[in-house]
Amino acid sequence: MTAVAAHHDHHDDHHHAPHGLKRWLFSTNHKDIGTLYLWFSFAMFMVGGFMALVIRAELMYPGMQVVDPEFFNQMTTVHGLIMVFGAVMPATVGLANWMIPLMIGAPDMALPRMNNWSFWILPFAFTILIGAVLMSAFGDGNPSAPNFGWTFYAPLSTKYGPASTDLFILSVHMMGISSIMGAINVIVTVLNMRAPGMTMMKMPLFVWTWLITAFLLVAVMPVLAGAVTMMLTDRHFGTSFFDAAGGGDPVLFQHIFWFFGHPEVYIMILPSFGIVSAIIPTFARKHLFGYASMVYATASIALLSFVVWAHHMFTVGMPLAGTLFFMYMTMLISVPTGVKVFNWVATMWRGSLTFELPMKWALAFVVLFTCGGLSGLMLALTPVDFQYHDTYFVVAHFHYVLVSGAIFSIFAAAYYWLPKWSGVMPNTFLGELHFWNSLLSVNLLFFPMHFVGLAGMPRRYADYALQFADYNWWISVGAFWFGISQLLFVAVCVLCAMKKGKKAEAAPWEGAEGLEWTVPSPAPFHTFDTPPVIK
Amino acid sequence: MSELNDLEQRNNRVLRKLVIGSVLMFGFAFAMVPLYDVLCDITGLNGKTSDTAASGEVQMDEDRLVTVQFVTTSSGGMVWDFTPQVRSVKVHPGEITQVNFQVKNPADHTIIGQAIPSVSPGLAAPHLLKTQCFCFDNQTLLAGGEADMPMIFYLDPALPKHINTITLSYAMFDVTERVTGNKDKLAAR
Ligand code: HEM
Ligand SMILES: [Cu+2]
Repeated sequence: MTAVAAHHDHHDDHHHAPHGLKRWLFSTNHKDIGTLYLWFSFAMFMVGGFMALVIRAELMYPGMQVVDPEFFNQMTTVHGLIMVFGAVMPATVGLANWMIPLMIGAPDMALPRMNNWSFWILPFAFTILIGAVLMSAFGDGNPSAPNFGWTFYAPLSTKYGPASTDLFILSVHMMGISSIMGAINVIVTVLNMRAPGMTMMKMPLFVWTWLITAFLLVAVMPVLAGAVTMMLTDRHFGTSFFDAAGGGDPVLFQHIFWFFGHPEVYIMILPSFGIVSAIIPTFARKHLFGYASMVYATASIALLSFVVWAHHMFTVGMPLAGTLFFMYMTMLISVPTGVKVFNWVATMWRGSLTFELPMKWALAFVVLFTCGGLSGLMLALTPVDFQYHDTYFVVAHFHYVLVSGAIFSIFAAAYYWLPKWSGVMPNTFLGELHFWNSLLSVNLLFFPMHFVGLAGMPRRYADYALQFADYNWWISVGAFWFGISQLLFVAVCVLCAMKKGKKAEAAPWEGAEGLEWTVPSPAPFHTFDTPPVIK
Repeated sequence: MSELNDLEQRNNRVLRKLVIGSVLMFGFAFAMVPLYDVLCDITGLNGKTSDTAASGEVQMDEDRLVTVQFVTTSSGGMVWDFTPQVRSVKVHPGEITQVNFQVKNPADHTIIGQAIPSVSPGLAAPHLLKTQCFCFDNQTLLAGGEADMPMIFYLDPALPKHINTITLSYAMFDVTERVTGNKDKLAAR
């Protein structure tokens, strides 16, 4: 077979995996790179989580106790940036790397060397960003780390940005390049590397959602790069894109940022839709209800996400026609989103349900993500958004969709595919503890934020009015509880990495379908060198 | 061998398209700047008024009275005292009106200022036309200097019927550095 022979001289170590540090540094193997992405994102999740706990420690009681307000602002900023670009996005890229080739019967990603690059840029990007925080933390706040919020609105980040803003710009450029390369790799792999017979409409939904995510990334990460480039030239090269004094307009910054920013939130959630669409059919022992409608719903969510960005800017003083347009478009997005939720429910309808760990996380995802979607709908109403905007209600909304949404689905994915990755079943006792503690604490943490938000507590302040004190105490308790619960997941992952646990079969979940379950567990270093036969 | 080369070629073809796509999207970010300006010019989205003088030849509509309010601020570290002579005027659309703005530089060095106008509601912006304005150019005030700066405007009779009050706000920026390219104070000159 020419394909196999040719493949042989492509990779020099066809038969044995390379060892030691070199294995990881120079890896072009999709499984190793996927593992790197997943561990990296987990580390960033812990770092970003620590920053969140600094925020919640300060907000536990009214008045100033733990940090000064300047440092508080740096914490909210870098927490947001790390969680978005360091935790959620790389985790889904890691899942894509591991699972897409296995799911479509490809031997590897299409562009393995670029794959190595896209990962190894990330640690440098985050060293730069976190370096700025460390300098600030150990230099008594001088120089300050980025302190303008993860949305880095001009002129806060241009005229008034600290010197470290330039580090931030460099770091965002690097993250952007990494994501774009990762996305290109996914698209080329899915378009060109499918095993014979794996038609587009036979692809698992996770592959579909990631393909569409990848197109979103290629479309909007360059726009983010453009925005930070304009910031850079505004700061140092005398342009005035965003400087009113020179004829620019700070509102323009918000338009460019959210043109990136709204598709970005779907970049974070579409892969989750794919994960849940893989898990629910397995544990309901039924086929996914409405496969084609899921594909079309994902595509229409992606397309619509380009025309709703100004729902983040209802209060900047747009004309009525503009706000109406963006309000209706935003509400329209909830139609395909609803289609998905109903399809998941219909998949479970009259299925033989069992509630193994991945299924528990997936179900929690469906319920809690829907909560977040509903508060999103409230925010989409222009007149009420005037009240809710920049309050804790918005914070509650996006943490429901991102933490109990995106991150819960990533946990679901981890529990579902860890047997395939590591060859051992994740520890059920620790896993159950992790699930129940996370489920309860996440709601204690984020649900009361709705109430303080509706009552008028603004976001991004280091202090608050006395009447919010009780709720904030409970929120902080929830935060520490949630944070500590994640240590259980560290234990689960470390046990799997050390191969401690029940040995996993090739297909450990009874109802699971898909090519990834046809290879042994743990998946060997090279799989599908000869393309599988697809029925 | 041919099979692999074929795949590599197909991969490179898609890769090339996607790289071009992302470069174009990078360009699109910059294209949003003029696009935004054009859209704003047409619709008055962001409340910007035109920065060139209008002709001033227009029919007056004596049946309608519109209140025009004036607001001034000194932005971003600007130290000038900057106030309108009157807080508001009532005008007929088409009626040419002059309003003076007073500025005083309390600092001990020369400062160059640039006033940036903004109109609310934004939809009124394209209908507020100026035949002369201090905001068309930057203004220089010596240490302790004072000036009366004229602004002459009229309202386009096509101003939408539901708009009865217009607020014209000026933000005064310190553009000394930007204009002279000199980071030091101008005191020495
Ligand atoms: C039914 C779907 C959704 C609707 C209608 C919706 C609507 C909105 C609206 C109107 C805002 C702006 C609120 C304000 O600032 O006043 C907002 C903020 C936000 N949404 Fe959503 N949303 C939806 C789903 C999502 C999803 C799926 C995610 C991410 C996974 C998400 C993430 C965010 C984030 C991060 C913010 C806050 C950004 C910031 O200001 O820092 N949303 N959403
Ligand atoms: Cu949005």
